Amino acid sequence: MSDFFKERRKLLFSLRELRGKNNTGKAGSNAGDRAGEGSNGVSSTVKCPRCKREYPQMLMDRKKMVCPKCGYHLPISAEERLKFTIDSDSFQEMDAELETVNPIHFPGYTNKIKSIQNQTGRKDGALCGTATVRGHKLVIAILDHSFMMGSMGSVVGEKITRAAEYAMEEKLPLLIFSCSGGARMQEGMFSLMQMAKTSAAIKRFSEQGGLYISVLTHPTMGGVSASFATLGDIMLAEPGALIGFAGPRVIEQTIGQKLPEGFQRAEFLQQHGFVDAVVSRDKLRSNIAKILTLHCY
Amino acid sequence: MERFQTKKTIDAYTRVGLARDKNRPGIADYIDALFTDFFCCRGDRIGLEDEAILGGVARFHDLPVTVIGHRKGKDLEENVRFNFGMPQPEGYRKALRLMKQAEKFGRPIITFIDTPGAYPGLAAEEHGQSQAIAECLAEMSSLKVPVISIVTGEGNSGGALAIGVANEIYMLEHAVYSILSPEGFASILWKDASRSKDACELMKLTADELYKAGFIEGIIREPEGGIQADPEVGFAGIDKCLQDSLQKLCALSGTRLQKERYEKFRNMAR
Repeated sequence: MSDFFKERRKLLFSLRELRGKNNTGKAGSNAGDRAGEGSNGVSSTVKCPRCKREYPQMLMDRKKMVCPKCGYHLPISAEERLKFTIDSDSFQEMDAELETVNPIHFPGYTNKIKSIQNQTGRKDGALCGTATVRGHKLVIAILDHSFMMGSMGSVVGEKITRAAEYAMEEKLPLLIFSCSGGARMQEGMFSLMQMAKTSAAIKRFSEQGGLYISVLTHPTMGGVSASFATLGDIMLAEPGALIGFAGPRVIEQTIGQKLPEGFQRAEFLQQHGFVDAVVSRDKLRSNIAKILTLHCY
Repeated sequence: MERFQTKKTIDAYTRVGLARDKNRPGIADYIDALFTDFFCCRGDRIGLEDEAILGGVARFHDLPVTVIGHRKGKDLEENVRFNFGMPQPEGYRKALRLMKQAEKFGRPIITFIDTPGAYPGLAAEEHGQSQAIAECLAEMSSLKVPVISIVTGEGNSGGALAIGVANEIYMLEHAVYSILSPEGFASILWKDASRSKDACELMKLTADELYKAGFIEGIIREPEGGIQADPEVGFAGIDKCLQDSLQKLCALSGTRLQKERYEKFRNMAR
């Protein structure tokens, strides 16, 4: 086994040399940030925020952005999530055009949304559509943490609801990857009501015999965890994902003490009976396919 | 049922103060004043009892109903005992149990909302606060009996909504209902809880604003100085509102009630 790691190290060091010395120092000073193109344009690198090692982008892509050394699951975009989960070229997007109307006329919100839309190329924080996973057709929804922390406003709520409704009509299984800071404050009561709306839609879907696989990824908090995200028939979570109702800071302030190590992490939820399995990213696809076949899809 | 414009002169921040006033009637007062033969039901049947939610069976003008509400308590000792009206997951599980029971016996459900929010604590997370609330939302949406909610004080976050997926939602004139407490809102958006006054104005949390936006069915008038100044007047208003609403909803079939409730929330904030 140790030979295997030695080989891997050698490979990595050779790649680093190839890139030149610029990337050995403090490249990508923000933890978890992907460094840009190497100075000589050969390849970009990814630094693991936990163990601080750097790896070539290509290697990390193959590893689905999981640190090969320490197993840390780096945050990924909705597109990467899609790529890592479904059969290639099987995705057909739904409701891409929905965008918010700033329902409570929150100052500055419209401009903020516009600028994030320009950065991300997406209208709001959810990517929904149909796809196949190992040949099984399903409805998939992915929350995007880069869009206002994946927070649920009227658009995210509507898209999740429509995804559940479409899955019900077409008798397809529903797969949702949650990744959210919670309800979107800037939409006030309109955000809160998405909790009821999405939960009701999931309930209806469930009553029609639909299978809903919910995957909790880092982080899944507040209004999202307290609605559709925790209503799955099958509950999966990625290792180390922070999952809970109240944020750790709020709890610490309320109870006036430090939280124990591992509190609100995926493994903690499994231990307390709220997820069926903590599944590492490289095994998610095969697990999802297995669950689908077990439910005769 | 009063459907009218509330007095503009009272700003949102003042209303939050009125809604939180410790002299404001609580769930126990409403039960005493509006219902008879109350039988208190306790426990989540899993192993815990949470007194931040008070619930049971009672008569409303002879009609057996299930009553559920957040309980804050009258004095400090009670506040501590009832955790200032902030439920733990077991409280929501008890509420859900009572609602399913009401459905079994065909009883209408009346909920009274008055909470700073679901409790953010160690045990609450260990016992699955998120899951308990989500379950309430999902199950309430499909109940086949009339559900009426009245926001009597402050209704904050999912902790309030968890017992508020109703066919009809009413608010007392000075009650507030919002995504989060104004302090929490300010803290998340500006990292400064002391800007809660600014938050109040932006959040659109007053009964009047929520009625205009279509979130609630009506507003129940309060006497000058709030319901705390002259509770009897307020109770009479709630009584009238509940009678009218029940009369209307009890005429509908179970499936119709379920369908209408679903569609109400489906079309809300679309």
